[in-house]
Amino acid sequence: MSFPIPDLVPAIPEMFVLAMACTILVVDLFLKDDRRDVTYGLTQFTLFGALVLTWIVHVPEARVTFSGSFIADPLSDTLKSFIYVIAAGVFLYSRPYLKERGLFKGEYYVLGLFAVLGMLVMVSAYSFVTLYLGLELLSLCLYALVAFDRDSGRASEAAMKYFILGALASGMLLYGMSFLYGLSGSLEIPVVAEYLIANAGQFSVPLTFALVFVVVGLAFKLGAVPFHMWVPDVYHGAPTPVTLLIGSAPKIAGFAIIMRLLADGLGAMHADWQGMLVLLAVLSLAVGNLIAIAQTNIKRMLAYSTISHVGFLLLGILAGTQEGYAAALFYTVTYAIMAMGGFGMIILLSRQGFEAENLDDFKGLNERNPWLAFMMLLLMFSMAGVPPTVGFYAKLMVLQAVVQIGMTWLAVYAVIFSIVGAFYYLRVVKLMYFDKPADEPLPVRGLDVTVVMSVNGLLMVVLGIFPGILMSIAALAVGP
Amino acid sequence: MSFQLAMFYIFSAILVGAAAAMITVRNPVHAALCLVLAFFTSAALWIMMEAEFLGIVLVLVYVGAVMVLFLFVVMMLDVNIARLREGFIRFLPVGALVAAAMAVVMIMVVGARHFRIEPPAPAATDVGNTEMLGRLIYTEYVYPFELAAVILLVAIVAAITLTLRRRPGTRHIDPAEQVKVKREDRIRIVKMEAEKK
Repeated sequence: MSFPIPDLVPAIPEMFVLAMACTILVVDLFLKDDRRDVTYGLTQFTLFGALVLTWIVHVPEARVTFSGSFIADPLSDTLKSFIYVIAAGVFLYSRPYLKERGLFKGEYYVLGLFAVLGMLVMVSAYSFVTLYLGLELLSLCLYALVAFDRDSGRASEAAMKYFILGALASGMLLYGMSFLYGLSGSLEIPVVAEYLIANAGQFSVPLTFALVFVVVGLAFKLGAVPFHMWVPDVYHGAPTPVTLLIGSAPKIAGFAIIMRLLADGLGAMHADWQGMLVLLAVLSLAVGNLIAIAQTNIKRMLAYSTISHVGFLLLGILAGTQEGYAAALFYTVTYAIMAMGGFGMIILLSRQGFEAENLDDFKGLNERNPWLAFMMLLLMFSMAGVPPTVGFYAKLMVLQAVVQIGMTWLAVYAVIFSIVGAFYYLRVVKLMYFDKPADEPLPVRGLDVTVVMSVNGLLMVVLGIFPGILMSIAALAVGP
Repeated sequence: MSFQLAMFYIFSAILVGAAAAMITVRNPVHAALCLVLAFFTSAALWIMMEAEFLGIVLVLVYVGAVMVLFLFVVMMLDVNIARLREGFIRFLPVGALVAAAMAVVMIMVVGARHFRIEPPAPAATDVGNTEMLGRLIYTEYVYPFELAAVILLVAIVAAITLTLRRRPGTRHIDPAEQVKVKREDRIRIVKMEAEKK
């Protein structure tokens, strides 16, 4: 039996990240505690190298290799690049926080890199097996990272909840996938898509059954209502750098898995899953925005805000048009950058033995540090969708796509709840600018963190004024 | 009824009986042993379906390793089973109702008629199931196979990260230190004046 060696070139970035993660794992063993910065430097180098490699091996056409289980196309390369950049930002923000709390260990970076690898695999998956393995790789790293601060009871509780609900969601997804396999006889996404097109118009009951399980599994992983129970507890309980990691880059991988499964694989069943996504989006927008108002803890508030943003993301996808997918991609990337800034700010204001995680800790930030207050203002405006910022443009694109398919009522509904949501974002701004500060000195931060935070905040305005760059990237990635 | 079909029914009956016994017997050790029997008969069913590899792995891994470990734990922990069984009768009606509803839904939705399954022809005897699986894993499915390996690596790293810790103040002894010890470390010679009588 002869077997042609698969084309390994498209998978070079993944192989590089894997090799470097293993190298860092071993190198870290030989480092003394005060030389831990080497681990950090190697991690950042890995992400940078992977970014460069991704674009060196990039070609405009889609390439499928490893017997149909791996695909490299413009969508995957674009999403991968965003994942590298955001992960690098996350590691950069986390360093001072981890150092102050005695958590500055090599495992954080090794597990973080493996999580990045899991996201890359998800983004490039072209069969159900790879998709599922990538998702599990990512989830396992995140479960462990949530429990990373072992002496914190809250973190352990959050990790336990995350693990059990995550396992349940994986089970749902697998059950749905096994049905699809049983019906179509293949695990490869294009083959399943062909099977569905051939049987268009006469979908059997088990097919709908399978679709329900797949959508429920995805909704669990994304945290859409009514499968959102784990989100606030996990975001609140996890150490802030881990919340930062969970809240930012994996959303991009989540977008990728929806694109591959629903848009590419089950595209022929669009009419069936559109209704389900409408329900999820409607509930997510309402629950996320309304419950966030009642929160006094900013990590919980941002968790509920995530839920409402997921609602918006689903709006773009349920449109099922190229504009809709491009808008959803635009929204996801924008959201990931905003979330990175928001949680990064909590890290910047925290110091040893003190977490700036309550809304009151932001009181009078303008008097204590006007520049950081201004950055937070930009981030909050962008999350709320106030015009000059990119958040406004992202919401506009999604709403346009929804109106184009004739669901104007849904767009109006989304706008109403965005206005409700604006309340709690603007409350943070009010606390920073109009309330008296508590007499707490701000910790002094290194130049790198401040610079990245400034870039992060200003990006909100720059992308808001020139959305064309990101929009054309999104449109190119989604393809014709 | 062919011999094969008869064997299938015999094994299936043992399997269902063992599974039912596993959740109803009072003694946890007996329950674990019933589970071993259930695994064993399912392995037999798999081998009848020409999936020898799965059957062998089930016996080796589950019966041979996992269940033995399980038995150890059950015997060591001495779980008070009576407390776990509290409320069994109370929740029985609701549980039975849910189970019945699930069964009806499953039969309606997941019937074999939806899956156009033709009984496959028996495979040729010259190529074994194990050999085919080995060939496929290292060729067609090499990418998922490697990913599974990475997941196992992550599981190891995560388990060590979460459990390995150096506690100060434990009374643990380093043998190397003990061997290296010198007389001066342990004995102090004190010069004292002899006392006068």
